Amino acid sequence: MARIELKNVKKSYGAVDVIKGVDLDIRKGEFMVFVGPSGSGKSTLLRLISGLEDITSGEMRFDDQLVNNLVPSDRGIAMVFQSYALYPHMKVYDNMAFGMKLAKAEKAEIDRRVREAAKMLQIDHLLDRLPKQLSGGQRQRVAIGRALVRDPRVFLFDEPLSNLDAGLRVATRLEIAKLHHSMEDTTMIYVTHDQVEAMTLADRIAVLRDGLLEQVGTPAELYERPNSLFVAGFIGSPKMNFLTGKFAEAKGCKTLGIRPEHINVVAEGQGEWSGEVLHAEDLGSDNFLFVEIGADEPLIVRQPGKLKIALGSQVSLQPRPEKLHRFDHNDAPIR
Amino acid sequence: MQQHKLLKNIAFYALVIVIVVFAVFPFYYAIVTSFSTGSQLFQVNYWPKAFNWANYEAVLGGRNFPRSIMNSLFIAGCTVGFSLFLAVTASYALARVRFRGRGLLLMTILAVSMFPQIAVLAGLFELVRFLGIFNTPWAMILSYTIFTLPFTVWVLTTFMRDLPVEIEEAAIVDGASPWVIITQVFLPLLWPALVTTGLLAFIGAWNEFLFALTFTSSESQRTVPVAIAMLSGASAQEIPWGPIMAASVIVTVPLIVLVLIFQRKIVAGLTAGGVKG
Repeated sequence: MARIELKNVKKSYGAVDVIKGVDLDIRKGEFMVFVGPSGSGKSTLLRLISGLEDITSGEMRFDDQLVNNLVPSDRGIAMVFQSYALYPHMKVYDNMAFGMKLAKAEKAEIDRRVREAAKMLQIDHLLDRLPKQLSGGQRQRVAIGRALVRDPRVFLFDEPLSNLDAGLRVATRLEIAKLHHSMEDTTMIYVTHDQVEAMTLADRIAVLRDGLLEQVGTPAELYERPNSLFVAGFIGSPKMNFLTGKFAEAKGCKTLGIRPEHINVVAEGQGEWSGEVLHAEDLGSDNFLFVEIGADEPLIVRQPGKLKIALGSQVSLQPRPEKLHRFDHNDAPIR
Repeated sequence: MQQHKLLKNIAFYALVIVIVVFAVFPFYYAIVTSFSTGSQLFQVNYWPKAFNWANYEAVLGGRNFPRSIMNSLFIAGCTVGFSLFLAVTASYALARVRFRGRGLLLMTILAVSMFPQIAVLAGLFELVRFLGIFNTPWAMILSYTIFTLPFTVWVLTTFMRDLPVEIEEAAIVDGASPWVIITQVFLPLLWPALVTTGLLAFIGAWNEFLFALTFTSSESQRTVPVAIAMLSGASAQEIPWGPIMAASVIVTVPLIVLVLIFQRKIVAGLTAGGVKG
């Protein structure tokens, strides 16, 4: 329900600057994902928004209200933690009701909200259990439920899926996406280092690097028009291929980027590049070829469907020219 | 193979028996002695010959012994209460609040516990006189709390540090004040630690002799250990072994009962599997 504005927000611990000046406008009802490598400051930024950490300088506004000095409970936020952080000695019901009890809400109101949230997350049959009697996925639901009950303006997720196994992760991801669609007014901010989670969940993604915003945009924007070499390399799986030296010079740039899915295998002698197939990975739906074309690293080529190419054979490759990304000496794109 | 295993088992249990006998025999002999009277006392008996309650009647019927038990209970109880309250609040700060000189403070607290009792006795006596609590239970409560706190604070700080930070943060987001966090979130998780440290503080206060001897002057203010030491026979030459042993048995029973009760609590420890919530 809230629009969040960050103006030149900085955070330092002693002499160490963790967030070095972030300007960001998060729209009302938006699903914003902070993504970046570890140490990029994405979790710190989330904790600044939550109020668990104070900002060193700058301004933070929720719906035009300055919240710099507001404690977390007065900001109207709810947070889902990586380790769930349920109260181990309380039953699921009490875990979910704790916040409202502290806010001295009426008993009937608490009961109604808890049961509503539990029903929504299909944990209403678990309300009498202790956290230790639940599975990892159920605990995460309870943690989300506890956040739901607070009826927050802003929903914060701090890597909520990283403690779950792969299958559960996909299922819970879907769950969170559904939750977002059912609560159109609630702003959600989600921190992850997994770019697949970022791409699938986000309305917009903010890529962080060393305490600075690298680029903010929709998943498609980041994928198609990365604003720097770093973003180009971070978004997309497998990674974008980067070519330097003569390959780049031929296109008039310092670094040439091309995504694996934008390279076609063509008939002998027809392609711009050619080389030996070092390794092939068959994922069933796709094939990844690692081709030695004389660059620093083998070129990764993604080909859909079945492909019959023997290891060690020579292939000719043609990049799709409109999908080439060119970067200059400052790692900025040339367009 | 089979024989080898049997031999090992026998050796193991033989060792267990030796240890148990070694540890329990003095107390057992006290019980046996407490049931004997007169010249029986001076014969070496390993089994009780007769159950003679005369010594118990003598002790409990005495003017001041029941009073001493009440004194001890009150003093030990208050010591546990005060030291746990102070230690829980202090350890929350020491474990969770970042402030300058935290490490130094922790080391200072530890250093306090290194002083031998006798070294601070004179100073403490002056303090007790100054506060006007000489010959009252508060003299003992004060000094026992002083000596229990370093240990209690250290143990609880260690426990508190191990509690996941995220649980505390979740409580902060839920709108909990530090006091609510301590009482409603941390205390239930710290039960096993509280029981252990509380029990040790209780035992320490219950058994303490030197301070209790120094800070009391009248019979009615004495604690149990002092009272036992002061038991006297019909003449100066007679040491009343029978009543002394009976008194010792009587004052040991509450400790055993406490340990048995709380041991079950510790075993049923609430945190089992729950902390990584």
